[in-house]
Amino acid sequence: MDFEIHPGLYNYAVVVVLMMAGLYIVITRGNLVKKIVGLNVFQASVFVLYITMGKIIGGTAPILEGGFKVYSNPLPHVLILTAIVVGVATTALGLALVVRIREAYGTIEEDEIQRQDESL
Amino acid sequence: MIAQFVSQHLLALQVVLPLIAAPVCVLLRRPTLSWLFALVVTWVCFAMSVALLIRLEGVGTIVYEMGGWPAPWGIEYRIGMTSAIVLVIVSGIGSVVMPYAKASVTAEIDPARHYLFYTCYLLCLCGLLGVVATGDAFNLFVFLEISSLSSYVLIALGRDRRALTAAFQYLVMGTIGATSIVIGIGLLYLVTGSLNMADIAARLPEPDTNRTVLVAFAFLGLGAALKLALFPLHVWLPAAYTHAPSAVTAFLAATATKVGVYILLRFIFTVFGASFAFTAMPLDAMLLALAVAAMFVASAIAIFQNNVKRMLAYSSVAQIGYMILGIGLATTGGVAAGLIHLFNHALMKGGLFMAIGCVFLRTGSVRLESMGGIARTMPWTMAAFVLGGLSLIGVPLTVGFISKLYLIRASFEAGLWHFGVLVVLSSLFAVAYIWRVVETAYFREPTAEAARATEAPLSMLLPTWVLVGACVYFGIDAELTVDTAFRAATALMQANP
Repeated sequence: MDFEIHPGLYNYAVVVVLMMAGLYIVITRGNLVKKIVGLNVFQASVFVLYITMGKIIGGTAPILEGGFKVYSNPLPHVLILTAIVVGVATTALGLALVVRIREAYGTIEEDEIQRQDESL
Repeated sequence: MIAQFVSQHLLALQVVLPLIAAPVCVLLRRPTLSWLFALVVTWVCFAMSVALLIRLEGVGTIVYEMGGWPAPWGIEYRIGMTSAIVLVIVSGIGSVVMPYAKASVTAEIDPARHYLFYTCYLLCLCGLLGVVATGDAFNLFVFLEISSLSSYVLIALGRDRRALTAAFQYLVMGTIGATSIVIGIGLLYLVTGSLNMADIAARLPEPDTNRTVLVAFAFLGLGAALKLALFPLHVWLPAAYTHAPSAVTAFLAATATKVGVYILLRFIFTVFGASFAFTAMPLDAMLLALAVAAMFVASAIAIFQNNVKRMLAYSSVAQIGYMILGIGLATTGGVAAGLIHLFNHALMKGGLFMAIGCVFLRTGSVRLESMGGIARTMPWTMAAFVLGGLSLIGVPLTVGFISKLYLIRASFEAGLWHFGVLVVLSSLFAVAYIWRVVETAYFREPTAEAARATEAPLSMLLPTWVLVGACVYFGIDAELTVDTAFRAATALMQANP
């Protein structure tokens, strides 16, 4: 197996690490706020993925001006703005639910909530 | 003038109307006023989707360029036969649930929050319709998240505090699913440089030689499977359906997972192509295995539930298995059977959840223990439940029979007759869990709650019977559904990039 990573693929390696770390947090942590943070890390990895694919080394923003020949692709960057907005909305809603859960159960630990539900 | 405008922009208005109507609902504030407004909007949406289906008759596909920008630069809305059917189902169920929602929501949700309920309902409808109508992959993700975020809110409005944890769990799993879909779309964009689905399909390189395409396929498949609650990724569904308000459960059970199935179909057939998904990739074998597991495991779990809503939710997971089984057969007949069941299941599960919502309204419980003898005080509600249940089992003269008939026929035609046998065997499970409810409701001595209960109000009974009646009508006269489904399936199988 060849584990050497091409320098141009460095960002993609970061994407994979972030993605797996985020998913791991979501799965293993019982604290609901930590789950939301994990979800955020997971989503952030996708933001990096999109931004990386649009970037060209030495490229400028796509402005028509003499002297600039190489442009980065703005489309993935714009797309990810939308995805960031969706991510913010998800986080806000998730945290709002956590607040309500805390009001209703008095805890935000998953196993504690489960225990309370089972004792009913 | 107006008629011309509407006719010209019909496809865009189908999605934009509920989107614009949602904030208007916030401004209206008053419970009855916002309900009335949302009711009119959903009915107009339904009328538009029917008009689109009729218009599709002669032309095959309808394309609308957003803002006049031609594809692949602009966002394109494109509907064919499959999308038109799903549009009719989603907006149809949306408009039937609305009159039902009035009494049910009044009983279950604080009046000060009613306008927010209708706002989220319209947003959810908009998102679901948008997913189906759009021909742009990233646009699909955005609409998917609009519908998902609003459905998390709708579920969290349930009276029980467990609705909150159910909504949270759905939020986490739904976000992972949606993010997987974005990753898949991003990887496809990396390879093709396009976001328009038809354009992606045309530019896709020979897939079995390109690993990025394979990974994109895996991520999109995973995302869609999470959204449609394919076994074993269904864990969010039972809790969410059990604790959501009755009207929400009826609406989501009949539409949200169907749109998930549609996303799967869309990516398998129109983007990657059937030959790639089923020949180069072993998707058919995987889908068949998971579908059979869903049919048996989820049905078996349903038998042991004492909460009728949870029972029906597990039954939904099993029924999704039937749809996926049809698609996994990878033949025109199989896909058509999957689509027929998609339509039919929306009718019967919508009707069943509405009937059980009526029981909840009158007794405040959906547990079997409190439902003893309820058929004596609520005969019409329980009769609707029995008809819907018979349909779920697949008794002749109901839609369930048509679904299973075509599924079994398709599996025999595909030479996989044992799947036909499995469909029949798993139906026996449905007999068991429906019978538990029927036995309790008809043959037990009335409990205190059941004796006090009165028949549900007409505003709830009527929509329930519309869906249950449709179950019987389309079970007797199945020509329309079968014909449309076969044409849609033929178009899907031929969409070969």
